[in-house]
Amino acid sequence: MLASQIGYYALIIGLFFSILILPVSIQNFYSNKNLDGRIFSISFLQFFLVFLSFLSLILSFVNSDFSNETVFNNSHTTKPLFYKISGTWGNHEGSLLLWLLVLTFFIFIFLIKSNNQPKKYRILTLLFQQIIIIGFFLFILITSSPFNYLFPVPKEGMGLNPILQDPALAIHPPILYLGYVGSSIIFSASLAGLVQNYISKSWAKHIKIWILTSWVFLTVGIMLGSIWAYYELGWGGFWFWDPVENVSLMPWLCLTALLHCILVLEKRSSLTSWTVILCIATFTLSMSGTFLVRSGILNSVHTFANDPSRGIFILIFLFILILISLVIFFIYHRENTKDVNKIYFFSKETSILINNWFVMYFLSVVLIGTVYPIFLEVMSGEKISIGPPFYLKLMIPFLIFFLLFMSIGPNLDWIKSKNLKIKYQLVLLFIISILISFLILKNKGLTSLNNTVLITAAFYLFSTTLKDFFSERFINYSQRVSHFGFSLLILSILFNSIFSSEIITNIKVGENFFYKGGTIKLVSIENKKVNNYESIIGNFRLIDNNNNLTILKPELRIYNTPNTSTSEADIKTTLFYDKFLVMNLVKGNEYFNIRYQVKYFMIWIWISTLLLALGGTLSVFRRVNEK
Amino acid sequence: MKNKILIILIIFFFIFCFIVLFKGLNNSNIYIPKLKSEKLLINFKSKELFSEIEISSDKLFIDSDFYILNIWSSWCLPCRDEHKFLMQLNKNSSLMIVGLNYKDKSINAKKFLNELGNPYSTILLDTDGTISIELGAYGVPETFLINDEKKIIKKIIGPINEQLINEINLMIK
Repeated sequence: MLASQIGYYALIIGLFFSILILPVSIQNFYSNKNLDGRIFSISFLQFFLVFLSFLSLILSFVNSDFSNETVFNNSHTTKPLFYKISGTWGNHEGSLLLWLLVLTFFIFIFLIKSNNQPKKYRILTLLFQQIIIIGFFLFILITSSPFNYLFPVPKEGMGLNPILQDPALAIHPPILYLGYVGSSIIFSASLAGLVQNYISKSWAKHIKIWILTSWVFLTVGIMLGSIWAYYELGWGGFWFWDPVENVSLMPWLCLTALLHCILVLEKRSSLTSWTVILCIATFTLSMSGTFLVRSGILNSVHTFANDPSRGIFILIFLFILILISLVIFFIYHRENTKDVNKIYFFSKETSILINNWFVMYFLSVVLIGTVYPIFLEVMSGEKISIGPPFYLKLMIPFLIFFLLFMSIGPNLDWIKSKNLKIKYQLVLLFIISILISFLILKNKGLTSLNNTVLITAAFYLFSTTLKDFFSERFINYSQRVSHFGFSLLILSILFNSIFSSEIITNIKVGENFFYKGGTIKLVSIENKKVNNYESIIGNFRLIDNNNNLTILKPELRIYNTPNTSTSEADIKTTLFYDKFLVMNLVKGNEYFNIRYQVKYFMIWIWISTLLLALGGTLSVFRRVNEK
Repeated sequence: MKNKILIILIIFFFIFCFIVLFKGLNNSNIYIPKLKSEKLLINFKSKELFSEIEISSDKLFIDSDFYILNIWSSWCLPCRDEHKFLMQLNKNSSLMIVGLNYKDKSINAKKFLNELGNPYSTILLDTDGTISIELGAYGVPETFLINDEKKIIKKIIGPINEQLINEINLMIK
């Protein structure tokens, strides 16, 4: 009760301070003095007040204060403490507050950490960032306040959606937001840099840490979401090309392109306008993602509430930001004529540019696949949904060339590779890759041409990145780790999709099911009552042809608040494959519907994504230490 | 010059996106499969809920312009939600509402109607659910809009809502 009040007023005062920053910093912008100390203090106050507000929302959740509408809609007294806390951002209002918290935190960090940058550039970045912050303040206060008061006070809450009660999901939103919001700093900084004509080597050096940090958080955030989908949703996969997944993939692709592009800017001061466009696009894509997910225009697990007024607010806000960035881009953008370096074909720049074009292609495929159904429905009234086949058909042929370029690119020099003699090592590795992939596929009896070519390309990338670990030419561990992680990721995904198998059947207690690879037996069923749900646990014995016994115990949970049931898959993970079993009730029947899958290299998908992020993290630390 | 055309094109592109997304906001997310051809309603026979007399459907669908065949059940919660809309539709004189009570107990069904009102002119029983299967229903509630030629002109899976009511009213005008 008290906590909600404090939270609400803290937000309003916070808005006051964030508006106050504008006149103070504009005045400072035109004076000759150094950066005004007041700006730091106000920006800290702004952060502190949002933090206070967020803290009080957490307290309301912990104390199960049902006079708060958000708590009432999303919590319940019997929920474990951990999920009470994570419930704070497991809903529309709370997650927006978290977003605002990260926004204010990041701008404060930016101000502290950019001491060696020009004053006017810092103030302009702050101003652009404040526009975004004020927009979010208004959005929260006008359309989705987390502190609405309920009277009479309900005795009990509605409960958190059980599929959201999962440890991976508890930290998924905060991590993902750090990535999304990091891109807002990149956006503001690039606009400020454009106005001040400061897009240069030193700018690239300074903004690169922000790009890397956002990229690392976004990578880990997406991975956590994917882990959640695999373990909790029980669909038996890690990526479904669901609109919401796509929406997080798009900024990631854009950031990945930017990450490489900024290197060219840093080393060779070319590609300036392209870099700026990427900076703007990354944040715009994050915002469009928010719009698509939150407005209810798309239906998915992430749609919290279908409230058109919210949708309209974000839509208008999004287009104002696009308009501002377009206007600034066209007014201040000028080709850098004095400093144009010639780009040679056999150079690192060219290969990075090629990488960028490929990434942009993948990005546009995902973008079109995601928004096409919306456009079609508005234009013609037809409803369609676009599934994995669309994405796979359009991406895989290009993926092959992308992988090949990625294998060769990092081995080229900046400016111009002078000794263009053919590197025998690379050719040798290529031949070895063809042989290995052919042997593997032959062994499994799957020798279609496109599989062979695809696996060859992936193996080639794998072997060249592995080779780079042992060469002494460059000391660039972060890049090596990331590229190695990426090759491992592609390889695991390919093996996973080619080798995995699935069995779906109905089975009752005591029955045996025979299939080509062994037998499945449902030994018994066990009922258990836990705190906020009842569970039915199946006891399955699986014996394969080599007489190896596996016991799997998938679970059905029936939650009472809200009244839903979830199936918890049981997964036995080994180094090379996962055994995945999930069961479902068949209504009015003693039979259970089971789905048994053997999924190859699942764990390697997570490990390789972590490697990818580790590479980025190493790079961040190296850059911080350089200073 | 070239730059100006580019700017104008970009601005038009974004305005176009804005309008499409804005309109898209108001679309509903409920997916209703389109009927490829308007199918004829099958004939079926069953007992009536109150009189327990067996009635054939071809004697039922004769003297109205439009019919609604609503599959419902007292144990189905969405049916409870959509009931008020059926009561609303009942006021329309060119429409006759026929209920098909799906896998239900008569006592519960009658209690349900006593509590919420009875919009149906006739209620047939589908105790074992076979008639619903023959009609091609997915589950309860499900609603068919039928014209005077006994053709199914609209099929609604799931509960009726405000928007669908408007659509139905437009169709039977």
